[in-house]
Amino acid sequence: MPTPLFYLFAVIMLAGGIGIVAMRNPVASAFSMIVSFIGLAALFVGLNAYFVGILQILVYTGAVMVLFLFIIMLLDLKKEEDRETKTPTLLAGIIIPLLLVLQLVAVFQTSDLGDFKPITKDSLIAAEAQLPNDIPADSQIRKELKQGSLPDVNLIGQKLFTEYNFPLQVIGILLLVATVGCVSLSKKLIPKA
Amino acid sequence: MDILILILITMVKIVGFTFVLTLPIIAYSVYAERRFSAILQDRVGPNRTGIPLTLFGFKKDIPLQGLLQPLADGLKFILKEDFTPSHVNKFFFWLAPALTMVPALLTLAVIPFGSELFGEKLVIADVSVGPLFIFAIASLSVYGITFAGWASNNKYSFFGGVRSCAQMISYEIALGLSVIPVLMIFGQLNLTNIVEWQAQHGWLLCPITFGGENGFDFGFYEFGGPLGILLLLPIFLSFFIFTVSIFAETNRMPFDLPECETELVGGYHTEYSSMKFALFFLGEYAAMIVGSALIVTLFFGGWSLGFGLDALLKDDTDNWVAYAGLIHLGAFLTKVIAFILFFILVRWTVPRFRYDQLMKLGWVVFFELALINILVAAVIMAAPNMVERGEIGALIVLIIGVIAFSIAMFVIAKSLDKKKAPQSL
Repeated sequence: MPTPLFYLFAVIMLAGGIGIVAMRNPVASAFSMIVSFIGLAALFVGLNAYFVGILQILVYTGAVMVLFLFIIMLLDLKKEEDRETKTPTLLAGIIIPLLLVLQLVAVFQTSDLGDFKPITKDSLIAAEAQLPNDIPADSQIRKELKQGSLPDVNLIGQKLFTEYNFPLQVIGILLLVATVGCVSLSKKLIPKA
Repeated sequence: MDILILILITMVKIVGFTFVLTLPIIAYSVYAERRFSAILQDRVGPNRTGIPLTLFGFKKDIPLQGLLQPLADGLKFILKEDFTPSHVNKFFFWLAPALTMVPALLTLAVIPFGSELFGEKLVIADVSVGPLFIFAIASLSVYGITFAGWASNNKYSFFGGVRSCAQMISYEIALGLSVIPVLMIFGQLNLTNIVEWQAQHGWLLCPITFGGENGFDFGFYEFGGPLGILLLLPIFLSFFIFTVSIFAETNRMPFDLPECETELVGGYHTEYSSMKFALFFLGEYAAMIVGSALIVTLFFGGWSLGFGLDALLKDDTDNWVAYAGLIHLGAFLTKVIAFILFFILVRWTVPRFRYDQLMKLGWVVFFELALINILVAAVIMAAPNMVERGEIGALIVLIIGVIAFSIAMFVIAKSLDKKKAPQSL
């Protein structure tokens, strides 16, 4: 992605992030979070990760935040807006992010980025030859790589349903259990007459 | 220099497809709605607005069958007083109309309007995640309606906003699940390639191409020869669920509960006036057009003429001839307009659902039907390979599993249907 675009979306994302904590009105905070997510999705798209970027919008912005907003709108906003910020909360809010930033710096200092290759038409065509043999010759992945386009959806699907098939199913069952648990917890118990 | 030309071409496409092509279609679909509903109800409809020559001192106006009605409507909306009530949250009140209109227009970016004109693909952004992009961006339009309802600071508006919030989230699930069998058949998410597949194999709902050696070819031949015809069953089911979910997503009748006049005055846009109201109104129609375009692209061959006729538009080197793009654009628009008329027909014939019926339809019927549909399509597609590898036992177990799952789902749905609402304690 061209550098100016990266800065544009990074600024949008950071402005949204600051807005979440700076706004007094919870709905405005939720809106800032939506803006932040959209900026993040744009950054993913800039990294050629179209699928991840779109999922960011589809799952977080389109579903999770809608539910958040749903709950926030049912709150008593006057009470929320009058709430004072206490000193310990403020201190924790400064110290914990600072620690995380330090950790991030440490990771970048010690990590070896290796021989980084940008995604271009030639590098994609070259990558086709290095694919493992269990991907058949007439598959969509090989076809698109040969044309010099990145089949990111197919690649993620291929990895997910072959190498990580078992963890995927375990997560599926975990989510199902969580859903059933939620429903049974929120159900009113009717006493026997 | 190259990048400048690229930007210029993209700008031309954006302006052409969004402002020159789609906005007039939106305006005229409002007119079509009024005229078509009038025909359905044995009325006349707006047939007078034409060139107002009497304003300039002539004897008679030219009525033109009311074709200038959209212009007059637009002028009226702009000239009306733009009133902002004092009890609203100003920022969100102003933001909401834009948030309904913009996502609907943004989704146009990935819709292929035609094949190629002067070597340029007639699509603004040829991305590899087409349908997902449309679902993702269209799901943002729920914020417009929700913010409108909340910021209006009015009970009825708020109910409308909350209703639409719940309705859109519920039907997004059915929408996403119903399209999976279709995407499994195409094997990819690039809408241009999906349409090209249909140009070669025939439309998804009518996979027949004439010509060739046998007189006609069957499009699903690669999925197990003649047995591929079984795939039409899950595809029809997908088409049905998808279309009904699009109705719910666009808040059209019979699912227009967020703006249900009999219960909520005007719903989420009760407090809005003039151009801000018009933006909600037009946003609904824009979403309807994008929905029709998506249905046409996935199930009715998009811009392809179908039935093997597209082969006639190719030259000897297998490239499109120069004018192919225009013919394909025409074919696409014809199909989309036919679908818009279908939307209007449904609106004026089917009565409104009750809210609990709507939720039951989404969560109990469509959700489970779409799940079963995915399994059926997967088994049909996997069967030829499994037979070839001699895994007939596994195939039979799979089929029994799908049947058992379907029966279990049916029983659960039935039991939910019978259960009465808990009586007050």
